[in-house]
Amino acid sequence: MLAQQLVNGLMLGSVYALVAVAFTFTMGVLKFLNFSIPGIFMVAGMVTWAILKGGMSLFLAVPAALALGAVLSYAVERLTYPQMRGGNHFIPLVSSMAFLILFENLVLVAWGSDQQRLALPFQSVSARVGDIVIGVPQLIGLVIAVGVVWLLDLVLKRTRVGRGLRSIAEDAETATILGVSVGRVVPVVFLIGGVFTALAGVLFALNYQQASPFMGEEVALKGISAMVIGGMGNIWGAILGGLVIGVVETAAIHWFGARTVDIWVYGLLLAILFVRPTGLLAPALGKGRA
Amino acid sequence: MSGYLEGVLVLLAINVILAYAAFLPIVAGQLNLGVAGFMATGAYVSAYLTNAHGWLPVPAALAATVLTAALGLVVAFPILRTRGIYLALATFAFGQVVVAIILNLNVVGGASGYPVPAYIGFPVIAVAAVLVFAAIYCLFHTRFGISVTAVSDDELVADQMGLSVRWLQTAAFTIGSAVAGLAGALHAHHFSYIEAQYFNVLLSIYIVLYVLLGGTQTIYGPLLGAAVFTLLPEVLRGSAQWRYVIFAGLILALMTWRPQGVVTRSLLRRLFEWRRPAVEVT
Repeated sequence: MLAQQLVNGLMLGSVYALVAVAFTFTMGVLKFLNFSIPGIFMVAGMVTWAILKGGMSLFLAVPAALALGAVLSYAVERLTYPQMRGGNHFIPLVSSMAFLILFENLVLVAWGSDQQRLALPFQSVSARVGDIVIGVPQLIGLVIAVGVVWLLDLVLKRTRVGRGLRSIAEDAETATILGVSVGRVVPVVFLIGGVFTALAGVLFALNYQQASPFMGEEVALKGISAMVIGGMGNIWGAILGGLVIGVVETAAIHWFGARTVDIWVYGLLLAILFVRPTGLLAPALGKGRA
Repeated sequence: MSGYLEGVLVLLAINVILAYAAFLPIVAGQLNLGVAGFMATGAYVSAYLTNAHGWLPVPAALAATVLTAALGLVVAFPILRTRGIYLALATFAFGQVVVAIILNLNVVGGASGYPVPAYIGFPVIAVAAVLVFAAIYCLFHTRFGISVTAVSDDELVADQMGLSVRWLQTAAFTIGSAVAGLAGALHAHHFSYIEAQYFNVLLSIYIVLYVLLGGTQTIYGPLLGAAVFTLLPEVLRGSAQWRYVIFAGLILALMTWRPQGVVTRSLLRRLFEWRRPAVEVT
């Protein structure tokens, strides 16, 4: 029973983990809490639903949703990041919140506020290991999450762009002086972040076979918490944080009831912020200053 | 006065009060994303005092304001140990915890909401809004206001000039929480029904957004922000979604071209001191 709860928690956590990676990545490199992420997450899920409903293939829906995520994220970059320099440090946060409101309400205008059901071309399957039931789509989601983060880690460590990103994370000014083209590298952060967010949205929609204009909020708030718990700027920390939150959430439901979940999750976030604001793992990208 | 006009004015008054609740900490350099949590505290305390102990609504609202201030003061100490984005996230987490705790308090209805029969009408709410504005006006014409403005302009310099930045920030945070509590209490008694889910983080975000839209350099910015945020939907008359699309567009345009908000010190100078010959700096 305990093992089953743990597995359920890890599966739930894998969705938070991907969103947390998107948050922590922009946070680590640009010191920017990108609140448009829940909007992009939701748009990706809703577009997947809309394309599937139109009778088209999943193999069209997923790439389309990912591409849209990248495009939207790039648009967010154009209208937030250039304004950040020399201005009030609230500005990018505020603009990205405006994007969240914009995306949500545009989707509401287009498709209404109903929760939509995804009709999947395949049945939901689960595997049994001893007494433990594991949902196969969730497992695939977790594997994909860890896989893409591993890829991102590789890009950061081995490639030219990755070195540029890490130098900006360390100190944008010095990086510029040393010849890193900040203007060219920053959009990369948003493109990668956008694809990650969209991927999370698509996986969420497929796993739970539902999409709604508000699906981003809850998941993103947990994703932000996961980012802090794992250590802002650390992509493996984000995965760890996501899984921790997933387990805490299922444990809270199991022992104290579904209504107490937020007390435990956000209580944990508060405790971490007060006691160890750098999170469980030390920030790997840059010095992790806010 | 028609019922419709009164309804709009009540919303305007409550939004103005909420604007100052978010404005005070912002001026002291703190982005408080937990305004809705303090608002919920005020709403539920006041509702509970009238429902369970038979208090009259106005004294209950005042008691709720004081209690919310106390809560603000208590959490200010750990929360103000964090800075920047960490502080914003800590206030966000605090707001979430407050709402989640209320959701589990069956004595105030838990998840099914809490009816509040004790009614406060428009005149009292209007007076409250005017009083809050007057209080802020007075506050910002004292040493405190000048000091807080100094902190928002440059924390380091303010500190070196001998101002107690920590004390000023704690005071701004506490007064802001009190004002949010008052707004919550008025909301509860006017709309006769409250539910915890209403006081979510998006509400806090909207409040912060319209304060920044108005501008935080002067005390008139939040007033304008709240007015635009309340009256724009009534003028547009379209669906709720389109009005938020336009609102978001306005924020984005503003952040691009006028990130300091609509009302700034130099704007006020130009508007009200036009008789004085302008000093050309060339």
